[in-house]
Amino acid sequence: MLVLLLLHLVAALLAPVLVRWWGRQAFLALALVPAAAFAWTLAQLSAVLDGREVSETVEWIPALDLQIALRLDALALLFAAVVTGVGALVLLYCARYFAPDEEGTGRFAGTLTAFAGSMLGLVVADDLLLLYVFWELTTVFSFLLIGGAGGRLAARRAATQALVLTTAGGLAMLVGLIMVGQASGSFLLSEVVADPGSGTVMTAGTVLVLMGAITKSAMVPFHFWLPAAMEAPTPVSAYLHAAAMVKAGIYLVARLAPGLADVPGWRPLVLGLGVATMLVGGYRALRQTDLKLLLAFGTVSQLGFLMTLVGGGSRELAAAGVTMTLAHALFKSTLFLTVGVVDHATGTRDLRRLSGLGRRLPVLAAVGCLAAASMAGLPPLLGFVGKEAAFTALWDGGLPDRTAATVVLVGLVVGSALTAAYTARFVWGAFARKPDCADTEVAHAPEPLFLAAPVVLATAGLLAGPFSPLLAPLVAEYAETVPFGLPEVEDLALWHGWKPALALSLLTVLAGGALFAVRARVSRTQRRLAVGASADEGYWNVIQGLDRLSVLVTGTTQRGSLPAYLGTILVVVLALPGTVLLTRAPWPGEWRAWDTPVQAMVGVVVVTAAALSLRIRQRLSAVLVVGVTGYGTAVLFALQGAPDLALTQFLVETLTLVVFVLVLRKLPKDIGERHRPRERAVRGVIAVAVGAFMGAVGAVALGARTATPVSADYPEEAYDFGGGKNIVNVTLVDIRAWDTLGEISLLVVAATGVASLVFLRSRTGGVDRAERTRLTEVDRPSWLAAGATMDPARRSVVLEVITRILFHTILVFSVYLLFSGHNDPGGGFAGGLVAGLALVLRYLAGGRYELGEAAPVAPGVLLGAGLLFAGGTGVGGLVLGAEVLQTAILETTLPVLGDVKLVTSLFFDMGVYLIVVGLVLDVLRSLGAELDRQEDEDDPIELNEGEMVVR
Amino acid sequence: MTPTVVLPVIIGGLYAAGVYLLLDRSLTRVLLGFLLLGNATNLLLLSAGGAAGLAPILGVSDPEDMNDPLPQALILTAIVITFGISAFVLAMIHRSWRLVRQEVVGTDEEDRRVAARKGTDADELDPDDLVPADRPAGHADGLRGADPDDVPADDIDLPAGTR
Repeated sequence: MLVLLLLHLVAALLAPVLVRWWGRQAFLALALVPAAAFAWTLAQLSAVLDGREVSETVEWIPALDLQIALRLDALALLFAAVVTGVGALVLLYCARYFAPDEEGTGRFAGTLTAFAGSMLGLVVADDLLLLYVFWELTTVFSFLLIGGAGGRLAARRAATQALVLTTAGGLAMLVGLIMVGQASGSFLLSEVVADPGSGTVMTAGTVLVLMGAITKSAMVPFHFWLPAAMEAPTPVSAYLHAAAMVKAGIYLVARLAPGLADVPGWRPLVLGLGVATMLVGGYRALRQTDLKLLLAFGTVSQLGFLMTLVGGGSRELAAAGVTMTLAHALFKSTLFLTVGVVDHATGTRDLRRLSGLGRRLPVLAAVGCLAAASMAGLPPLLGFVGKEAAFTALWDGGLPDRTAATVVLVGLVVGSALTAAYTARFVWGAFARKPDCADTEVAHAPEPLFLAAPVVLATAGLLAGPFSPLLAPLVAEYAETVPFGLPEVEDLALWHGWKPALALSLLTVLAGGALFAVRARVSRTQRRLAVGASADEGYWNVIQGLDRLSVLVTGTTQRGSLPAYLGTILVVVLALPGTVLLTRAPWPGEWRAWDTPVQAMVGVVVVTAAALSLRIRQRLSAVLVVGVTGYGTAVLFALQGAPDLALTQFLVETLTLVVFVLVLRKLPKDIGERHRPRERAVRGVIAVAVGAFMGAVGAVALGARTATPVSADYPEEAYDFGGGKNIVNVTLVDIRAWDTLGEISLLVVAATGVASLVFLRSRTGGVDRAERTRLTEVDRPSWLAAGATMDPARRSVVLEVITRILFHTILVFSVYLLFSGHNDPGGGFAGGLVAGLALVLRYLAGGRYELGEAAPVAPGVLLGAGLLFAGGTGVGGLVLGAEVLQTAILETTLPVLGDVKLVTSLFFDMGVYLIVVGLVLDVLRSLGAELDRQEDEDDPIELNEGEMVVR
Repeated sequence: MTPTVVLPVIIGGLYAAGVYLLLDRSLTRVLLGFLLLGNATNLLLLSAGGAAGLAPILGVSDPEDMNDPLPQALILTAIVITFGISAFVLAMIHRSWRLVRQEVVGTDEEDRRVAARKGTDADELDPDDLVPADRPAGHADGLRGADPDDVPADDIDLPAGTR
């Protein structure tokens, strides 16, 4: 079975290619796939009739206890035969339905074949969740087939409607399947049916599963998606929306009925909706003038009939139900295909414009009449056999509740009368000669191959009637699994003798004929009874309501103002964690003034600077004031006992100032934007509240620090495993190296982002370098390599001299920091920042070409090499058999250097160093050198012709 | 552990100033606010790591007297990342200025359009508002190609004049 499913998959993937090679003839090859599956299915017949099941199980996700469990029993065989048989014939039909060079045929062929595979999978799946997967696959393919290329609005809407409804039901079903599986203790369909669970969970689960079946099989009040789906090409209507997909709900109900029919709520739901659907569908079918729509409403009606039969939960009804399902698949797909031929030949499906086709297309008319006779329940066709069996079962009381049986029987008889009436309307509409209508011209006479599929299907329906006793064992094999039944069972047969059921059949045909005879009056009555409301209308109202609601919610919450968003977030922070802080937090019992008085002094400076930054509107001054808080923070770090942090903070603060100045020189001196007083007041309130809140958090956090910190063992571990004395550095490169790896990756991203924002086109490559000749033709000795390229007015000899003296010293110092960082303050971050500052010095002293001379390497190379170093250390540890990023300590004695201790995490730190240098270089290159270049060359905004800046 | 008075006050002051600047429309001030918040948060983390101690370096100080090294490691990378992000925002400020001579975060017009949206997509319209050819089948009982005048009576679409 799995092989067959995979075969469908491969065929579906190949279909577009085949169609490109062979045109529409490719459908003939594709038809072989379901045909092979059909042959295989029939080959299993003897085994299944012997009571043996054909099953396959493949482990799928063992950890989740998911498996691909496939099982073919009598019911599955019957449905599989329908799915594959009709599928093959419909594909055959497609080979003539489409014009030779029609667009989108390849896509259509692939989707249809894939659908055939999913449908086959659905009926042979034995695992509840696997069933669900196939179930939703059929929904998706149905969506694609209805929507077509998506070019037409009506098709799109019909496709979306079908998708929304069936997926909603499918989701309910998924929940239901899980509940049923949990309550029954097994996720295998066969085991659930054999030994269903009980209780509220089971009941609720069953109702939810039925929701899936009801939407999929277009029961009232979700029936309207099926007629709308008639937007799809006729082969799709014949296959998905008559023979196969809409039967999925019928299949599921038939599959579960033997075990779950006695679950409370099952029978009222299934029987009630089934009968109602049959009546509504039949009533509305009488009103249609489009033959395809007539059939669509007829399908809705018949699905209600089938649902009633298979869901009744008795042996006789079950037997009648599966027989009727087979009959329906045969006659309804024939009828759809017939309409397709009519449409193809005449260009219309309107029964008011068709006339005299019976004589012009006699074969087609014969086929259509045969199928219609089966639909109306005339002997000797299979439809008659099924309907007789249903009437007999109900007449004999084939339901646990006698009254219910009677009510259902009356409903079915009325529904069958309607069926007979719309069948007559169909035959008359399609083939009869109408007095007030000119004979329809047949533009394209159908080819024999085009007629093959309907002919085969109609013949099968004709032959299956008299030969129905042959079908009996298979049907009985399934029906016997239903526990409830009458003592004496009537086998399927064409002739049962003069029984009440025959009288009922006669009654339905006569009543239907009468309804057809007075069709004008019926039509007038229907018009008079028409009401201004329908399920379809309700659906669109719900959808529109949702749409308005979503616009309302979006419009209310998304005001488009960044301060408003941030303010909202902060208010929520104050409201929720703030309340907890006030009510539940362990407030400290006692306070100290400070650790050292210096803290207070620095604090005064920091807070004053922060307050000043609020008032200052001059950009540069504001930046400097904020810088003061940064340096103050660094001092506080040092006082707290964190020399590494203090060092890093000093370096970063300096770099930040430089970068700020680089950008701010391009902006106006003052910040022009001013807020209204009310806005400022609100901001002030929020700001003060957040400040108070965070201060309190700080105090409470320290007060709550009672447990042993995770870092209690760090000092010991740092030396024993990390081989370093600077615990902070060892933490960065070893103990929490994963964190650091993530963080340096972020730096790479930030650097790339900066470059991308400044270099509007290409941001790769290094810093621009001056031509060699320009550097050598200097008239007097220069302190710097590219100093001569600067505008003399902007040069500073003092700075150049200092740079010349200090640059290499600083670089050496940065390398020293890198290497000593493992045991003393320093490390890759600090080292990299120092090297970056050296580059800043060169740039400031010598301009952009000097930067190119100082670092003749693309920052991207540095960043990439750094990531490679850091990541490589991790992989290296893995290769050596240790964990990722684990440190190895190598100690040897070298001749001159003496004892050398090499810790592998040093390479990680080198990666960090390179990335930080790369970051600084990239920022300098972008915000420094590139901005200079843009000014030097008076580069306008780099827009191409026709490009636009959207804001 | 006993908290100090000084550190929470500094933290609170920095947070208050940072939030005030963050809520500004000018990107420069937003960035300055971000820097203040960064400093405040680093201080908060460090102060939550315990009272002042000695540098966590073996051989220099005794493990008993050390300040907790873990928050220090976290803060160290945070400082450098703050630099990276600041540079990024600066690049944004520059780009915004270069392209449209503004460095304020304006109102997002797209959001305003959504809020002001009255109509809906054609795919979500009520079928009655569509031309008959676009209505779903079964709703108006006519498939495409049907002549609008020819759409027969049904539950929903009564003949002209009846409603």
